[in-house]
Amino acid sequence: MEIYRSHVLVCGGTGCTSSGSSKIIETMEQMLVEKELEREIKVIRTGCFGLCEAGPIVIVYPEGTFYSHVKVEDVGEIVEEHLLKGRIVRRLVYKGALTDESAQVPLKDIPFYQHQHRIALRNCGVIDPENIDEAIATDAYQALAKCVTEMTPEEVIEVISQSGLRGRGGGGFSTGIKWKFAASSKSDKKYVICNADEGDPGAFMDRSILEGDPHTVLEAMAICGYCIGSDEGYVYVRAEYPIAVERLEKAISQARAYGLLGDNILGTDFSFNIHVRLGAGAFVCGEETALMASIEGHRGEPKPRPPFPAVRGLFDKPTNINNVETYANIPPIILNGVDWFRSLGTEKSSGTKVFALGGKINNTGLVEVEMGTPLRTVIYDIGGGIPKGKQLKAVQTGGPSGGCIPVDLLDVPIEYDSLIELGSMMGSGGMIVMDEDNCMVDIARFFLDFTVEESCGKCTPCRIGTRRMLEILDRIVEGKGKEDDIEKLERLARVIKETSLCGLGQTAPNPVLSTLHYFRDEYEAHIYDRTCPAHHCRSLTKLQITDDCRGCTACARVCPVDAISGEVRQKHVIDMDKCTKCYSCIEKCRFDAIIKV
Amino acid sequence: MATKDQEKYLELEKIIEEHKGLPGALMPAMQKTQELFGCVPLKAQQMLADGLNATLSEVYGIATFYSQFNLEPKGEYVISVCLGTACYVKGAQDILDRICEEIETMPGKTSADGRFTVEATRCIGACGLAPVMTINEEVHGRIMPDDVPSILAKYKK
Ligand SMILES: Cc1cc2nc3c(=O)[nH]c(=O)nc-3n(C[C@H](O)[C@H](O)[C@H](O)COP(=O)(O)O)c2cc1C
Ligand code: FES
Repeated sequence: MEIYRSHVLVCGGTGCTSSGSSKIIETMEQMLVEKELEREIKVIRTGCFGLCEAGPIVIVYPEGTFYSHVKVEDVGEIVEEHLLKGRIVRRLVYKGALTDESAQVPLKDIPFYQHQHRIALRNCGVIDPENIDEAIATDAYQALAKCVTEMTPEEVIEVISQSGLRGRGGGGFSTGIKWKFAASSKSDKKYVICNADEGDPGAFMDRSILEGDPHTVLEAMAICGYCIGSDEGYVYVRAEYPIAVERLEKAISQARAYGLLGDNILGTDFSFNIHVRLGAGAFVCGEETALMASIEGHRGEPKPRPPFPAVRGLFDKPTNINNVETYANIPPIILNGVDWFRSLGTEKSSGTKVFALGGKINNTGLVEVEMGTPLRTVIYDIGGGIPKGKQLKAVQTGGPSGGCIPVDLLDVPIEYDSLIELGSMMGSGGMIVMDEDNCMVDIARFFLDFTVEESCGKCTPCRIGTRRMLEILDRIVEGKGKEDDIEKLERLARVIKETSLCGLGQTAPNPVLSTLHYFRDEYEAHIYDRTCPAHHCRSLTKLQITDDCRGCTACARVCPVDAISGEVRQKHVIDMDKCTKCYSCIEKCRFDAIIKV
Repeated sequence: MATKDQEKYLELEKIIEEHKGLPGALMPAMQKTQELFGCVPLKAQQMLADGLNATLSEVYGIATFYSQFNLEPKGEYVISVCLGTACYVKGAQDILDRICEEIETMPGKTSADGRFTVEATRCIGACGLAPVMTINEEVHGRIMPDDVPSILAKYKK
C-alpha cells in the first residue's frame, strides 16, 4: 500500500451525495493532479459521518480538521491553503470543532459525537466502503475467521445468546435464541436472510450501514450461516437504495475474490454465497414472511406464523432472518466478547442503538447511543435542541407502528421495554422530533394514510379497518369531526389490533392510540371547538393582521386571490371568505404582523 | 419507431432466457423489464408469463402489487417529493401541493403534455436536507413552497 502524507475523507453517504459531495471529490482529485499532489494526498469517499445537517462534510487527516457545509467553490481554498500550505481554512470548520483559541477539538469531543458510542456504525465515515483492504485493516472478516477456525457453531451461538443482543429490526427478539432455533431444524438446505427493506418512512440507519460498511453485514451473515448450517444467503434491499445496492454487489465480488465468501472459506469446508435481491416498493415486505414471499417471486403477502421461518421459511426451508443493524453487531461481539457488550446499555437491552434523528431538530443525522440513554440527551446534547427557539412537543419513535412520547417524559431511558410501556416502541430507529407547530392529530393521520396505502389487502381488519380510521381522522382535521369520533377510533383500533394477520395491521393503530393518550385535548379541540391548537390544519386556521401592520401593502400585492385590502400606511384586513390560506402573505410580511389564529 | 420497439422486445427475450430456471426469477426479470421499457407493458407481461412458467394473472398481480412497477410509461421528468416523516413534519405536503398546482396534475399522475410525472416517495435518506424532492436523478433540498416555480422553470424549457 502506498503511503500518503494526508488523507482527505469526503462523505459519500446519501445525504452528502445529494448536496454535491461527488462533485467535491471530482474537483479535489483534479486539483491535486494539477498541483502534482496526487501521490502525497489521497481523497477517500467514505460512508455517512452521521452529522447530515452539516453536509457535505470533509475531514482532513492526520490533523482531523472537520469541514462542514463545503461547496465545490470551497475546494480550491482547501487545497491551496490547507493541503498545500498547511493553514486550516477557519471559515469552513464546523462551528463546534474549533475553540476560541483556534485550537482544534478532536472529533470525538464535539458534542454531537461526545455522547455517542459507535458499534454498528464503527466504520461508517472511517473507511472506503468500496475497498475491501480498508475493511480488512479495521478487522473485517477476523470474527468470521475466528468462528470457522477456532469455534464450533454451538460455541458461537452461545456467545451471541450470552451477549443479550436483541433484534434491531423492531421486534427486539433475542438473536441467540433465534439462531438456536434455526440451527436445530433439520434440513438438507437452509437460508440466511438480511432484512434491508427499511420500511419506516423517516429512517435510514440500515442504508447508511450498507453504504458505509457493507463487509460487516456480509461477514455476519456468513457467521450466521456457519452457526445454523446454511450455505446460501440473500440480502433483500429496497430498490430505492441504489448506492447501497451497488456497494453491496462490489463488496460481495471483492470478498469472493479474496476467498472470504464462496466455496471452502479460508480453506475450511464451510462454504457460503450471498445474493442481493431488490424490493419493489412495498412496506409490508419488511415483514419477514412477506419478504420471503417476495424473494420467491410472488406478491409480498404475509403468512400466518407458526410455522416460523426457523422451521419453514424461504422456499419452505429453515431460514434465519435478521435486520442489517443486528448483523452489524455480530463481528464486534465475537471479537470483543460478551462482557464488553453487556457492559454497554442496560440489563435487558445490551449494546447500542442507531437512530435516524430528523424533523424539528438542529443536528439532523444518524446517532448511535448506548441503550438506556435518556431521550433528553439525544435531543438536546447530541441533537442540539429545537431550531428557531420553538418548543419541543413530542418525539415519535417506531414509525408507523410506534407512537409519540410527549415532552414531559423525556427523561425516560431509551430501551425496548420502557418504550413499549410508554405506548411507543423502539422500531427500527426512526426518531422524529416535533415542535409546537406540529398538529398531533395530523401526524396520526399521516401515519394512518401510510398504512392504508401500504396494507397488502390480504386481511379485512387491516385493509378496511385502517381505511375507516383514516376517514374519521380526515374529517377531524377538516373540522368536520363528530361527537363520538374518538370512541369510534378507539373501538376500531382495538378490533384491528386484535384481529389483523400480521404486524402491519396489529400495530397500525398505535400512532392514533398514543396521540389519543397523550394529546386527547388536541383531538377534542378539533372536534368540539373546531380549532387546531397548533394552527396547522388549514380548514381550522384563520389569519389575522395585528396592530404591528405598517400598511406597507406587500401582503396585499402578493395575495393571489385579492383577499387583503387596506390603504397605504394603514392597517390592512384579510377577508377570510376569499383567503385560500396559501400563507404567502405571512412569508412576505417583514413585521410579523400576520398571525394564525 | 417500430424498430426501436422491436429491439426492446428482442432484448426482453434475452432477459427471459437469462432468468429461466432461477429460483424466484419473476421479480428480478420484471425489474429488468421495467428498466428497459420504463414500465411493464401488457405484451411484455405476456412474454414474461410464457417464458418463466407463470400465468399472466400472476405477472399482473405482481406488477400491480409493488409500487415500483408501472403499467404505463412515466413522463420525461419524474418529480418525486419525499413524504417521509422527517420531510412531512417540515412541510413536504405544501411542496407537493404547490408542484401539482404549478404543473396542473395530481400525485401519481403525468401532466397533460406527458413531460412531468409527480410522485410522493418515502424517505430517501437525505432527511438532513428536509424537505426534499428529486427530479430524475437530481436532488433538491431545504425547499420552500415559493422555491417551486423557479426550480421547475429549469425543466420546463
Ligand atoms: C409491517 C412490518 C414491517 C417491517 N419492516 C421491517 C424493516 O423494514 N426492517 C427490518 O429489519 N424489520 C422489519 N420488520 C420486522 C421483521 O418482520 C423481522 O422481525 C426482523 O427483520 C427480524 O430481524 P431482527 O430480529 O434482527 O430484528 C417489519 C415487521 C412488520 C410487521
Ligand atoms: S424523510 Fe424525507 S429524506 Fe428522510
